[in-house]
Amino acid sequence: MSSATDIEMPVIEVSHVATKFGRAVVHEDISLSIRRGEIFAIAGGNGCGKTTLLREIIGLVTPSSGTIRLFGLDSRTLEMGDGHPVHRRFGVMFQQGGLFSSLTLAENVAVPLREHTTLSAGLIRDIVAAKIAMVELPPDSAAKYPNELSGGMRRRAALARAIVMDPELLFLDEPTAGLDPIVATAFDELVLSLKRLLGLTVVMVTHDLDSLWGIATRVAVLGRGAVLGIGTMQELARSDDPIVRDYFHGPRGRAAREQAARNGHRRDA
Amino acid sequence: MEQATISVDRSMIHCRGAWTLPNLVQLERQIQTLRWPDGSDVRFDTVGVTAMDTGGALLLQRCLKHSPRNGQASVPQGLRPEFADLLQKVQLQWPRPEQWRVVGGTSWAAGLTRAVQSRQAATSRALAFIGESTIAFGRALVRPRSIRWRALLRFVELDGVRALPITGLLTFLVGIVIAYQGAEQLRKFGTNIFIVDLVGISLLREIAPLIVAILIAGRSGSAYAAEIGTMKVTEELDAVRTLGISPMNLLVLPRALALVIALPLLTVYADVVGVFGGMLIALGELNVSFVEFVARFEEAVPVRHFLIGLGKAPFFAALIALVGCYQGFQIRGGVDDVGRHTTISVVQGIFLVIVFDAICSILLNWWDL
Repeated sequence: MSSATDIEMPVIEVSHVATKFGRAVVHEDISLSIRRGEIFAIAGGNGCGKTTLLREIIGLVTPSSGTIRLFGLDSRTLEMGDGHPVHRRFGVMFQQGGLFSSLTLAENVAVPLREHTTLSAGLIRDIVAAKIAMVELPPDSAAKYPNELSGGMRRRAALARAIVMDPELLFLDEPTAGLDPIVATAFDELVLSLKRLLGLTVVMVTHDLDSLWGIATRVAVLGRGAVLGIGTMQELARSDDPIVRDYFHGPRGRAAREQAARNGHRRDA
Repeated sequence: MEQATISVDRSMIHCRGAWTLPNLVQLERQIQTLRWPDGSDVRFDTVGVTAMDTGGALLLQRCLKHSPRNGQASVPQGLRPEFADLLQKVQLQWPRPEQWRVVGGTSWAAGLTRAVQSRQAATSRALAFIGESTIAFGRALVRPRSIRWRALLRFVELDGVRALPITGLLTFLVGIVIAYQGAEQLRKFGTNIFIVDLVGISLLREIAPLIVAILIAGRSGSAYAAEIGTMKVTEELDAVRTLGISPMNLLVLPRALALVIALPLLTVYADVVGVFGGMLIALGELNVSFVEFVARFEEAVPVRHFLIGLGKAPFFAALIALVGCYQGFQIRGGVDDVGRHTTISVVQGIFLVIVFDAICSILLNWWDL
């Protein structure tokens, strides 16, 4: 599947993207590229347009100017569920899960398979069961409706739906926000193990410093409508940009870094 | 895209190509029609597998289980390590059928038990709601200052004043329809003037209050359910409770009282407009002039018919408002729950209005009114 050109070409290329909603300027000039096989984190303060950038990359929002290429395709061509085949190559886990409340967990996970493939019901059921197990949800949760699940379980269910088509690219919007530290750490581990197992490229928007130190290969920090810093966490920690420094060297930032150092950087383990 | 194939060569099964989602449909068909080799010495050659995803691993797993080697699942030879990892993961997680039975459904006895239990729970919740709202109403009567008059007036405007055009138009049309149907029959007997009795009594006593109530059930009852339900979903109701405000007092009473005020007023208005519609047809079809019509109206339609129609309206209003609010409080889950309970509020509202109306008819008939 992966030919030589695929490896060289970045999976996502964002160049000179500007976004304005009326008079509010969200992005002035954003450029970054994401390589195959990395866990790329988009970080930054509240309201700096992280989620907007993610929504632009997956084609839900059109930037005011600039281009975004996803697998070499202009993301404007894949606007809004028109059944473009590129939709099968990425999965998205939304912040609130985005699970269909009228369907059970198993039915939710099965939706992409039923919509995009003609697989037999038995095989769909097996794949769904395997995915539910992969995200470490108990099998008896399969028959439950989203409102019967806890927040952490809903997050896992949304993840199972996002990976059910075995996508190459996985987007996570604030995957650990609102989860308790134990569940959040377990979720990070889960993302890491799925990435290894399925050969995923992961793009995640997160505030969670533990996730950034723990699993991110590279991090882009957004602020003032631009990319303030991009690189590994070690590189960013040495940045002299005041916002980036504040972001990583506050009390929480230091604690997360010490924690990561104690764990001996699981990332490349 | 590369194809996926599986073929048998004596006791060796060769797997080749991309065992990924796009190829799985035809791969599964190949597996079903495969002539499996006999004997226990079956080997799997998987050197040629170039790509594999979860679905592909599951299919390979099925094949391995299908031809066990000395009672144990076979081990594929030459599988790339990353695919072997996936296969191992899938092997560990092979779904056990008993864990899935929940999805399929349960026995009818269990279903019946659950249905009865949920009915029972719903009935007791409804009774509790009726009790709570009665207490709140009683308190409000004792201390009228605790009523939220601003909210009440707003609902009178939203559900009364703004409903004037639609209720007027509908009862006007219904007046016309009744007069037309009556005119046909009355002309045969030459008793044209009785059109006044027909239109007057039927509209004032039954039709106008009923039409208004049904419209308001659809217009306001559903809105009440959706508003309160959405507040529940967004935790606004919990906020109201923790701020020490009674949801009954804040949400239910203003709505219910507003409808109890607005519905009789709308009914009077509908009476006038509906009878006017009948007058027009009486003039056009039966040559009964407006003057004759009004003169006859005074003697033919006793005021008790108007009062009976008017008297039912506040009860209709209370039923509609309480059902709407009650259904709003019953919303628990998410988006589809709001829709479901909104629909129920309309259906139950109209149902209760008609049942109440029928009971009134029977009782009033007994008392010769």
